[in-house]
Formats: sequence, C-alpha cells, structure tokens
Amino acid sequence: MASADDLIRVYERRLADFEARLAAIEHRDRQRPAPSASQASSPRQGAGGYRLGVDVGGTFTDLLLLDEKRSRLFAAKVPSTPSDSSIGVLDGIEKICREAGIDPTEIDDVMHGTTVATNTVLTKAGARVGLVTTKGFRDVLQIARSYVPGGLGGWVIYNKPPPLAPLELTIEATERIGADGSVLITLDEAALRRDLADLGRKGIEALTVSLFNAYVDGRHERRIAEIARDVMPGIPVSISSDVIPEMYEYERAETTVVNSYIKPVVSKYVHNLERELSDKMSGVRLHILRSDGGLSSARSAMDSPVNLLMSGPAGGVAGALGIATHAGFSKLLTFDMGGTSTDVALIENGLPQTRRETRVGDVTVRAPSIDVRTVGAGGGSIAYVPELTKALRVGPQSAGAAPGPAAYRKGGTAPTVTDANVVLGYLPADSKLGGDMTIDRGLAEKAVQTIADALGLGLEKAAEGVINIVNENMCGALRLVSIEQGYDPRDFALIAFGGAGPLHANALAKLINSWPVIVPPGPGVLCAYGDATTRLRNEASRTLVQRLDSLTDAQALAVLAELEEEAHKALASERVKVSGQETLYQIDMRYSGQGMKLTVDATPADFRAEGLAGVARRFDRMHEQLFTFALDAGHELVGLRAVALGPRKPFISGALRRGGADPGAAAAHKTRVFVADGWRDAVVYDRSKLEAGNRMAGPAIVVEMDATTLILPDCAGTVDDYGNVLIRPIG
Amino acid sequence: MPARIVEANPTSFKRVAVDPITLDIVENALRNARVEMDAVLFRTAMSPGIREQHDAFPLIANQEGKMVVGQFGSFLHGFIAGYDGTIEDGDVFITNDPYSCAGAVSHLNDWLLMMPIFLDGRLVSWAAMFGHMTDVGGKVPGSLPTDAKMIYEEGTIVPPVKIFRNGELNQDILRIMLGNSRMPHWNRSDFFAIVAALRLAERRVRENIARFGVDTYISAMWEMLDRNRRAMAAIIRMIIPEGSHRAKFEDWIDDDGMGNGPFKIACTLWREGDKAIFDFDGCDPQSLSSINFLLNEEMFKMFFGAFTINLFDPQILFNDGFYDLLEVRIPAGCILKPRKPAALSCRTHMLGRIFDLMGGLLGQGAPEALNAAGFSDSPHFMYSGFNGKGEWYQLFQIGFGGIPGRPAGDGPDGHSLWPAFTNVPNEFLEAYFPLRILEYATLPDSGGAGLHRGGNGITIAYEMLEAGEISIHDDRWFTYPWGVNGGLPGMRSSKTLVRKNGRKENIPSKCDRIHVEPGDVLHFNTWGGGGWGDPLKREAEKVAADVARRLVTADGARRYGVVLTADGRVDKAATEILRRDMAASRGPASLFDRGFKSIAELRGRCKAETGFEAPREPRFMAHYRTAAE
Repeated sequence: MASADDLIRVYERRLADFEARLAAIEHRDRQRPAPSASQASSPRQGAGGYRLGVDVGGTFTDLLLLDEKRSRLFAAKVPSTPSDSSIGVLDGIEKICREAGIDPTEIDDVMHGTTVATNTVLTKAGARVGLVTTKGFRDVLQIARSYVPGGLGGWVIYNKPPPLAPLELTIEATERIGADGSVLITLDEAALRRDLADLGRKGIEALTVSLFNAYVDGRHERRIAEIARDVMPGIPVSISSDVIPEMYEYERAETTVVNSYIKPVVSKYVHNLERELSDKMSGVRLHILRSDGGLSSARSAMDSPVNLLMSGPAGGVAGALGIATHAGFSKLLTFDMGGTSTDVALIENGLPQTRRETRVGDVTVRAPSIDVRTVGAGGGSIAYVPELTKALRVGPQSAGAAPGPAAYRKGGTAPTVTDANVVLGYLPADSKLGGDMTIDRGLAEKAVQTIADALGLGLEKAAEGVINIVNENMCGALRLVSIEQGYDPRDFALIAFGGAGPLHANALAKLINSWPVIVPPGPGVLCAYGDATTRLRNEASRTLVQRLDSLTDAQALAVLAELEEEAHKALASERVKVSGQETLYQIDMRYSGQGMKLTVDATPADFRAEGLAGVARRFDRMHEQLFTFALDAGHELVGLRAVALGPRKPFISGALRRGGADPGAAAAHKTRVFVADGWRDAVVYDRSKLEAGNRMAGPAIVVEMDATTLILPDCAGTVDDYGNVLIRPIG
Repeated sequence: MPARIVEANPTSFKRVAVDPITLDIVENALRNARVEMDAVLFRTAMSPGIREQHDAFPLIANQEGKMVVGQFGSFLHGFIAGYDGTIEDGDVFITNDPYSCAGAVSHLNDWLLMMPIFLDGRLVSWAAMFGHMTDVGGKVPGSLPTDAKMIYEEGTIVPPVKIFRNGELNQDILRIMLGNSRMPHWNRSDFFAIVAALRLAERRVRENIARFGVDTYISAMWEMLDRNRRAMAAIIRMIIPEGSHRAKFEDWIDDDGMGNGPFKIACTLWREGDKAIFDFDGCDPQSLSSINFLLNEEMFKMFFGAFTINLFDPQILFNDGFYDLLEVRIPAGCILKPRKPAALSCRTHMLGRIFDLMGGLLGQGAPEALNAAGFSDSPHFMYSGFNGKGEWYQLFQIGFGGIPGRPAGDGPDGHSLWPAFTNVPNEFLEAYFPLRILEYATLPDSGGAGLHRGGNGITIAYEMLEAGEISIHDDRWFTYPWGVNGGLPGMRSSKTLVRKNGRKENIPSKCDRIHVEPGDVLHFNTWGGGGWGDPLKREAEKVAADVARRLVTADGARRYGVVLTADGRVDKAATEILRRDMAASRGPASLFDRGFKSIAELRGRCKAETGFEAPREPRFMAHYRTAAE
C-alpha cells in the first residue's frame, strides 16, 4: 500500500505522544494511593495478576494492560500487521511489558478482540467452501429468502452476489429428518462417499453440512461429518446442528457456511497466536471476545468463528460500559464513529442489548451479538449531489484510507465528512497538537466547494449541510436501537469513541436529547480496555418449539438445569470455579403464530419462584413496551438457554489530579469555528493537560492523540475524576 | 360529497422557504419513520403472508393526502373526495372495499387503515397502511374464489368506516370483521400490528414538527413533492420521445380459471410537452369472473415513477409530486376498470402483468429501461382443512420465480419482483402445517437465454400429510415471459399432482378446492424470467459455469450456442461452429421475442405442449364491450 510509510510516520508520532502521556499518568499514580476500586472484588488467582486486552484494528493494534494487584493500567499502540496480525500483537506485548517493567510471563490472561473474522468476510478472502444439503435443497443459498432490496422497482438495478459456498461445490445427501426429528429416509452413505470424494478433488478448503430439519435432530449431520473426516482428512467440517441449532433452513445454512468460510483463516490466526503467546508466556490463557460480548476459549473460537464477527465492536461496547458504569451512568447509547462506518448500541441498566443475528456487509448470520447497528457513515463518507434531484447525499461510498479525505493530501479529491469538519474549523488545521495527520485546509475547501456550487450555497453552509446530513443518518441508527425498541433516548447518556465519534457526539446528543455526552480518555483504546475487562461467559441452548401450556414448570426446569450444567462445565474448563459462576436463564418466546421471538431473562431463583407463568407475564410486558400492545393469544416457547458468567472484574483506571473549574492551563491556542450563523472564536485545549473539575464552555475543541472533541456553543464540557469529558447543555 | 375535515384551529399553513439541507433532513427523518413502521409490523403480525412474506405497504402523506414516503402512491385523495362524513382528531378509518376507494386496495383481502394526524387542532399529515389478510370470509378458504361472478362472493365488504373514533376502538366493527374470517386470530393480530405502525408514524410526525416547526415541516413536504416533480419531468423528457411516435405494447394473462382466455391488456404511450399519456384503450372488457383488476390511476403513476427513478437516484424518497405530469386513461368497463359488482379477488395476475407491460412500453423509447418479462405475478398456493385433532389449518403462500435479464445483469433465480417480499421458510411450513417439502430448488433452463440470462423459476414439491383442499392461482402457463434485444423467452409454469397411488394429474393454473389425501405430492413449477440481449454473445465460460451450477443443463447451453465437453469444459471449436451456424440461420433479432407468432398459432400447439386444451376465446357481456370500446 502506497500510504504505509505515512501510516508508520503518523504512528511513530502518535506513539511518542502517547508514551509521554502514559509517563505522566504513571507519575501521578505513584503519588497517589491506589483507588479503592481495587477492593471491589477478588482479582484472579494468577501468579502475576496481569490481564492484557488486545484489539487488532485495520490500522493499529491497541493494547491495554491491567495490573490487578496494584491497580495500575498501561496502554500501547503499535501498527497492525495485516499479513499476520500475531506479529503486531507480539510487538505490542513486548512494548507494553517494557513500559510496565514486567516480564511477559507475569501476564495470566490475554483477552483479545479481533476483526479477523469480519475482514475475511468483507474482503471475500475466505475458504473455498463445499456444502452438503438434503436432497431437494441444493439451491438453499441461491434462492435465499427471495428478497430483493430497494423499493418498488428495486429489482431493475439489483445484482445478487454469488453464495459463499458456490453451487458447483454443493452436493445433496439422500436422507431426510422429519419436523418431529424422526428419520424418514436413512442416509445413503455409499453415494455420499462418492460425492464427497468428488468435492475433495475440486479442491475445497472447508466443508459445511446443513441438512433440512437438522435443528431438531443432527444425527445425519454428525454421521456425514465423520465420513467427511475419513474421505477428506484435514478439511475442517462445520455442521449446522452444532453451529446454530435453530429453525429456518436458509439462515442456518448461511450461518454454518460463513463459519466454514472464515474457519481456516481464523483457526490459523488463533492457533499461531496461541502458540506464539505460549512460547513467550507459558501458562497464559488466550480468550477471544465474542460478538455477544462474552469471551470464548481459543479452542471454541476456532470451532465457531462465526461467533466472532462482531468481536471488535463488542470490545468497544464493553469498554464503554466499564468506563461509564464507574462514572455513574448505567443507561447508555454507545456511538463509535470511524472512517467508513459508525456502530451504535444501547446499554440498559448495565446490560448491552443483544440480538440473535449478526450482519456483516451483505452477509447476515444467526449468531448472537451485541445489538450493534452499523451505518455506512464515517469521516471518509463522500458527499455528492445527484444531477436530477439536486439533493445532498452523504455516503455510503467512502474515500477510505486511500485516497482518503481531500484534506489528508493523499490524492483524494472527493468531498468527505472530514473535509467538511476541516472547513468548519472543527478539525483545526492549525493545531500542532495530537500528532494527527497533516491537514490541508485549502484542499478541503476546494473539495467542499464542489458541493456548494451544485447546491448554490456558500462554502460553510454546504459543509454544515454535509455534517447535518451525516448526523441525521447516524441519528437514524440511534433511533433503531432506542426508540424502535421502546426506549426513550432522553433517559440515556451518549458515550462517544472511535476516531470521529467525539467530533460529532455533541451535535447528535442535541438531536436525540441524550445527555451528557461522555468522551472517555483515549477513545481509540477503548476497545482494548473493554477486552481486558470482559467477564468470562458461556452458554448452552436448545430449540424447543411448543405451546407454553403444554410444558410443566418441572419439565422446563429439568431442561434448563441440564443446559446450566453444560454451560458451567464449559466455563470450568477455562479454569473458572463453578462456585464463582453466576447463571442466567433465557427463554425465547412469542405469541403462538408470530415469527419473531423475544428473549426473556430470568435468574434461576426467579424462575423457581414464578415458573413459566411468570415468564409469560414478563413477555407480555416486554411486548407491550416494544410494540405498544400485548395480545391475549397463547404463548409459544421457542428455545431455552442457560448462560454461565465468570466473576466480575474490578475497575481500574488512571485517575486524574483534581483541579479547579478554570481549564486555562490546558488551553493551547485560539481558533475559529463556523456554527449555525457564522464564525466564532473558540479555544483549543490539550487533553493531556486537563484536570478533574475543569470546565470548558463551548465553542471549544479538545485535542488528544487519537481523537478530537467538539464542544458546541451553549454547551460545556467538564472533566470528571476518571478523565471523562462530560458535555451538557448550559442552563 | 367530499369529507369534512374538522379542525379546531383554522390557521392555514404558511409556505416558508426551506433550505436544501433542512429539506434533506426532513426527508431522512420521514424515511426512518417508514423503516420503523415496517419493523414494527413485521415483528408483531401473525399471518405468514404479512409476517414472513411482507405483503403489506405503509405510507406517510402530507395533510392534503399526497404521499411523501411509501411505495404504492397515495389513494388518500380519492378517499377524502369520496368519504361522506367527517375526518377528526382521533379517527382511524378502515376499508377493504376497492369500489369505495377507487381501487386504492384492489381486493377484499387487503385491509386498508388510514389515520389523519392532527396537532394543535390542525390536520398535519396522514399515515396509512394496507396488508393482505389470510381470510376475509366468502365462499372459499383464503377468500380468493376463482369462479366468483360478483364481489359479494369474495368475503365481507367493509366500506370506509371509523374503526377508531376519538381514539377509541370500535370493538363492534372489529368483531363483525373477525367474525367473518376463518382465521380470526391472525387477522386480529395483523390488525393491531398495522395500528401500532400507524401510531408510530403519528409520533414521528409530531416529533418532527416539534423539531422543525409546523410551517417548515409542511413546506418541506411540499418542497419534496416539487423536487420529485422536477426530477420526473427530466426523466420523462429523457425516456419518452415526443412527437408523432407512439409506443404501443400489449400483453396477456392466460385465462380466467373458467376455460376462457387469454385476456389482453394494451397501452399506448406518448408525450405532449412535459406530459406523458398512458392510454389503455384496447384492453379487453371486464371478465365475468374474478381476474379483474381495478387499477387506481394514481397507483399506476407510482409504478411508472418507481420503475424509472431507480435508474437515476435510487436513494430518493419517492413521492406523489409528479402526478400531474402523467395522464392515465383507462376506459370504464374494461378489465382494468371493471364496474361494480364485478369480482376482483384474483387480480394478482393483472397487477403483476402491469410491470411487464410498462417495461415493454418504456423500453421502446429508452433501451436502458428495457428489461425482459419477469416474474410478473404473485402466484398463490393455498391448503386448508381439519387436521387429525380436529383443528383448522389454513395456509396462504406466495410463490417466487425468475427476475428477468436486465441491462444491469442476469436476473436472480427464484426471487421476488415485489419490494420487501420474502419466502416462507420450508422448515416453518413443516413445523406448523401438515406438509412435507420434498424439493425446493431452481428449475434449470427455465430462465430465458440471453447475453444476460433470465432468472430461473422454482420447483416446489409439497407432500400433503392430511386430507384437505388446495387452491392454486397462477399464470403464464400459456403465454411466455418474453425476451428482449435478442434474448429468448423464459419457460412457462406448470403444476402436477402425483397421487399416492402414482397417478399423475396435470393441474390447471387456476383452480379451487382440489381435494388431496395424505401422501399426494404437488409439484409447483413457477416460471423463469425472459433473457436480455443476444445469447450467442454471452461469454461461453459463463454458460459453462451456469451448467456446473445446475442452473442451465448441457442441452440448455446449446441455446447459447455453447457446446461442452463430457467433463463440462467449453468445447471451443464446436462452440464456434455452432454459434456461426445459429447466427446464420436465425433471422434478424426482433426487439421482443414472445415465443409465438400469434395467439392463434399458440392455441394450435397448446394441447401438445401443455396437456391442456387451449383456452376458449373470451366472450364478454355486450354492454361492457361497448363501454370498453
């Protein structure tokens, strides 16, 4: 890549700044007693008492080291090494251990959020997957759900991407399981062996078995997997009854195929990483962050990589949760805005909302994930004006890292959101702080002028329009996770991170009335922070579609107890004592005849006390909250799940020196920003010099190593004890 | 007499200047509201038709009833003009009567709910949605009787009435409506799901007004309508040539299920200045049974607009603003404007065929808009009866087929031409209905050959597990989905019932109440899309790939002039020779390839090809014929 040198230079500059800041934090830490949070709960029993969070992004690998014994934390940033990410991770570990003055062997646990699964899907770099279906269903992926996106007439321009398991590599097994789990046709093994051998000769790299009704009974799938291991040893096999034993043949097949598709890449990566880590740090446990915010062992990550597609964003949500909880906020909207897209999620009472499906690009799989909604709006989103309608559109096309926004002088000429921010002065071109990319105001103006001309507006008004439109798009995503789910955003705080989040958060908060805006310290390492502080978690589930009244409490409890034991066992294998585990039951249900399902949570104690009738009552309340009505129709059970959770992690943060309200000492220089009606004077603050209690009245800009925060007029940002900037309207 | 709108606040709205940015933001806010309406509906509705297949359509309109966001265009104007009563804060109207709303809904199964949105004593917007109910009474399960002669046989007619008055649900009306359905639970849930979606739209509209101010909000909607009008004026000028040239096109639906057919729809298109005129003179008169389609002129305008705008600004929030640029002339008494009490329930074929007709018309002036004929229908499969436990079961399912070859590329296989529609998962069918699905696959070679291949149809094999009755509503078994620009037609539809004892029965395209026994298997083959462009110019490797994917057979590859070796590779030499011979022996490609020379010629080979006698030439009642002419 042509810009690799640039990136390295930028990274080196950033790193130097970051190290300076870390040194400052450490210096302060030494002068203070350890925060009381360390007494919150017992740390792990490991030898060294160090936990490491690692987040591998497209450009940087972020690391965060928690010293649980002495309540210290360290952060480091190294460039990512896309050809083999483990190199970057090891570089980072070496660096952070040097900073902390410890030996790598003192680290007990490495908690890792990774985008390797997502990127494999997005870059179409996965395996050549063969698929075995039941006879009669070979086109299950080709037909999918027959859905054509777009409105009336959308089919005129729709071109469908080919399935991830190509039709020429799909074979049919003669076999059939009934909807009640009975075997209607026994598996024809001889024919299958021949067809599998054929597939093997075509050079498949992974195999999926997804048979009709296998969600009820997976015996034929398991048998086919055995035969496949015999016929094509070494080819990884995924079977749908293992990966996602849920009804709906297309969704189950797609999910299992995606699992196969990313399995070789993810397995190789996790396996290498685990080996390298063990070499350097014997006895270390590697955990991978799952899409649902839980952690899985390296082994289960390799078996079910489809559960890792949202691993990266889940770390951000976990980090946001950790930071905000300690700042005293339990109802949160998270807002992570990057270069090409924005992820938002809702956290209520300290629990992120989850859903049973995950979307990456045009691929949707049935795998539980934190309900993160992504919109194609980021700093690099390109603004344009269609000739015919003269409307202003922003995105989803993005200038990406190359050629990038015009202001970055890397050859980009199309006007982007970043360019609009530069024109308006929100990203100060004259700032010497932050070690950010060089910003060329002239190029940004030139790019945005094309929009201004097409709309017949002034330069600043056009730039403001671009910002307003992109904010509106992101607002739509925030509405989907809040209002559409029956939550009022006015009850929530908005926590902003990612490179561009803090720049847009104040404006978004005004749109949806979510206050305060929380900008955590080091918005760029928040994901790694989340990785490091995540609880171990495991779950076991069973699909059980039947009328609620056809099941007794005792029967349901028996199944749940079985699942509970299974989930506990899996977690125990990761060295979490069963006595230290917490359990949560989840009951998927709906009104008999509905297609969706809602998940009702209940502690085992709740369930024993209230039984299925209590679950039904909770369901009615949820349905009413979500959809404004409940029905007197019968309830239907869809599935049962037991979730086992490891102990909560103590909170550690670099604490700040307390200062007065006056932020003057952190003021770097004056600048001008364009807001609403015209240009106004504003102050640029150096975040590393801010002290707890400082209050900055807008318009103001706070610059730090990896992000820029904009505080609008009539708002003010105060710094709390944990270094968060909290923005609220004045008065 | 038009409806009287009761407003406590007589102040009229001021048209204020709205800067383009605010305009785009209002547009986005309304777009989000519409997405939320869908989400609420699909999650809470119960019938597979709405819940899984998404046969329901929302809209938000301005205070005059002009649609600013939605899909099928607004019928509110017609409702307001025709409703004899008041429109007040807290009202929600319901109707399913096509004849009372100028065809806003076109058969009794569609329940249309309309809600005026008031704020501070003024009507500020409308929200509306209609959805297909599985059963609304009438003579057959599913309420779509093929042999109905009058609309009264097709279910309970509900003229526009206030189902909510002053915010209070009128339980009595709802009880009557549910009391006439074979599936009251589904209807009830679907009804409340629609109401929930409308309430949500109401909240969003009020929030937007709080945010932007009422005059800005109202003016922004006017401006959105104007913006669409400007864009559509340019498009109309671009794709419809002015002057003496008149594009003409005709297409058919094959039969009426009573042995008569085909029924012709015809249209002539020309432009006078900025105005495009669609004249349906030449359509057959209304049919004696239920295949009539009461086509709302405004809805047709929306079809036209949506069809063309996608080519230019797919992100636009499409609306009603351009309606005065189009004039749609449909003679009363013709099959697209039948007179009451003509039966209407099985209008789905005509409704779909309108899209093929439009493509054929527009394509003559604008090659970029010329698609082949596609899956222009929503064929139905219905299965009902009492199961072994004495419980009533009733399935209504829509079938999918081949999207045509298009300038953009190959047509997807087994997909939907209708927005938002999805199929019902087969595992769901098996879990909830006494059915076993033995096969669900695309039909090789059913898509028409072309430079861009037409999508394949689907073959479904349903094994019945209970004694019951099935109904089928399908088409294109007689005429072909045509190809264009040298592309070949797609394969026609067919249905075979294999009885448990092995006897095969050829099942007609339209039939009701066929008795089935456990073990009987119905093979339902839908049709493919027509091909686009010269098949001899399709890359031979692509054809070989289609063969490897079993989308095209080795024999079928020869329609592309491609010869494959035994192991599936392109035989280059043989292919070159075959392509040369084929090119030499065929005549010059015509713009449309219908797969027949004339209806008479097609009749002649009907029995041999389909196993059915050719449909009889329809006879019409004289007074309708006169009216239609």
